[in-house]
Amino acid sequence: MFELTEDQQAVVEMVRDFAKTAIAPHAAEWDETKHFPVDVLREAGTLGMGGIYVREEFGGSGLTRTDAALIFEELSKADPTIAAYISIHNMVVWMIDAFGNDEQRAQWVPQLASMEALGSYCLTEPGAGSDAAALSTKAVLDGDSYVLNGTKQFISGAGASSIYVVMARTADTGSQGITAIVVPADAPGLSFGPNEKKMGWNAQPTRQVIFEDVRVPVANRLGEEGSGFGIAMKGLNGGRVNMGACSVGGGQAALDKSIAYLKSRSAFGGPLINQQSLLFDIADMDTELETARTLILRAADALDRGAPDTVRLCAMAKRVATDAGFNVANKAIQLHGGYGYLSEYGLEKIARDLRVHQILEGSNEIMRLIVGRLAVGA
Amino acid sequence: MKIVVLVKQVPDTAEERKLDLATGQLGRESADNVIDEINERALESALRIKDANKGTEVVAMTMGPDEASQALRKALSMGADSAVHILDDSLEGADTGRTAATLAAALRSTGFDVVLAGNESTDGRAGVVPAMVAEHLQLPLLGSLISAEIADGAVSGVRQGDGGTLNVHAGLPAILTVTERFPEARFPNFKGILTAKRKPVATLSVSALEVPASASRTVVVSTVERPPRAAGRKLIDDGTAANELAEFLVVNRLV
Repeated sequence: MFELTEDQQAVVEMVRDFAKTAIAPHAAEWDETKHFPVDVLREAGTLGMGGIYVREEFGGSGLTRTDAALIFEELSKADPTIAAYISIHNMVVWMIDAFGNDEQRAQWVPQLASMEALGSYCLTEPGAGSDAAALSTKAVLDGDSYVLNGTKQFISGAGASSIYVVMARTADTGSQGITAIVVPADAPGLSFGPNEKKMGWNAQPTRQVIFEDVRVPVANRLGEEGSGFGIAMKGLNGGRVNMGACSVGGGQAALDKSIAYLKSRSAFGGPLINQQSLLFDIADMDTELETARTLILRAADALDRGAPDTVRLCAMAKRVATDAGFNVANKAIQLHGGYGYLSEYGLEKIARDLRVHQILEGSNEIMRLIVGRLAVGA
Repeated sequence: MKIVVLVKQVPDTAEERKLDLATGQLGRESADNVIDEINERALESALRIKDANKGTEVVAMTMGPDEASQALRKALSMGADSAVHILDDSLEGADTGRTAATLAAALRSTGFDVVLAGNESTDGRAGVVPAMVAEHLQLPLLGSLISAEIADGAVSGVRQGDGGTLNVHAGLPAILTVTERFPEARFPNFKGILTAKRKPVATLSVSALEVPASASRTVVVSTVERPPRAAGRKLIDDGTAANELAEFLVVNRLV
């Protein structure tokens, strides 16, 4: 499990080449100008990154979750924001592929897998974040349509995406009353809030998605009525591993920059790397990232095998990896001194981007809740 | 149409490359070995023809040690249909003459309408092998092209020379070499990477080819390590720096 196969090495090498040439040189500018590079995402789509662990039948790449984790780490070394969006998009495509019927898969998977169409995941609401089962966006059955009303909050890709997988309430029975419904961008009554101003993740739009009497056919429902919460959580299991891999990638980029800097920067009569306390910092950063990477691969392997402890491992991996990534990026700023605080050096961006990974797709407190409850059998 | 693209595995130009001082040969351990970028561009132009005309067959051919199979794998993952690996211990250290004779024999047995190659490799940089291959095969060479149009039965292109450009054309079969003015190569997609190992790779030994087992005619007489970079000369501007700089450039033939 820890030695990459020849295929995996070739996949990683290609993604690294792509990320270095198509993403990394532009990451700072996209961050500064809040540019969402849809053209580059399309290119990633032609390479197979739009449906990484989606079955090949309708255009997916048919790779494993482990492959995906390796891919997201590489992408994130170039830009955590773009890597993270591609992760969210993949979560959406996988949900349609895994829980949709053949007609739905044939309709939506090909355009999403190629990234000709982008996807957004709509769970969180202004009043329901960690307590997702309390969501209040309603979908009311009316003949052969659902009519949706409500607002979704912090939606990545909103406004640019063509396809929204929306968790909506179809019954007042808590988590059992939630249904997953696919809403196309051109549905009348669908609108978007302004692009949120935020600490990082500037190269992808984050907006509210607002439903005002949005009517979609019943045929757009994924799975049975009331199964939406389970679908949403299953999507998030994989999302958490991917987001953790993005954190490891960003952290690794920050560590690599730090090592190069400490070797080249002289103070007190020699290169800074000769200061043992700084060498120990590098050792801790490297160890923290490798620990996280190891757990990410273990969780990804559990997802691939459908292991009984998948939920637990995904939650642990997300918590450990997103903390590790941010801690390493933050430490890298310190090691760079004043230069670390300058945008030009690219470190403050990594820290800003990785900070949100500790909050989203289940905050790290929720991860601890999941792990703790499973540990004590509560 | 059948297009054979000649590819060579070379040390990555992004890393420090070294000669093995004892043998005078390339130090294969000093840097990652990758498919030469100019060959990727040659392959890209072949694949574009294939994209437009599905009946096109693209074969990647290399001569090199075991690990050169990785360069072929990359070519297959980008979209080549099959590969030919000329693999024989007796070819270790082969000079351009022997290499060209061997490639020509392999091309003869593989068959082709067009051979595409880079104008020169980034390691040896001799830039003569395609011309020698053309000579062995008694075929027209359209070398150092900046563009090419390949159609059934004929090829035309623009050749960049020191004195200007030439519009060149020939009937097929013919041998073409491309320059860096050709479009950058595509990335292999995941599907290409995963199907590459299922594509046929023919391995040819010298004995399987009708090529005389002659030794290389070029011998490396001596090899020396590149001297460390000396400190440059500083011009302090006391009002005459511009003249001094101009003089320096002229004396060293830099302008």
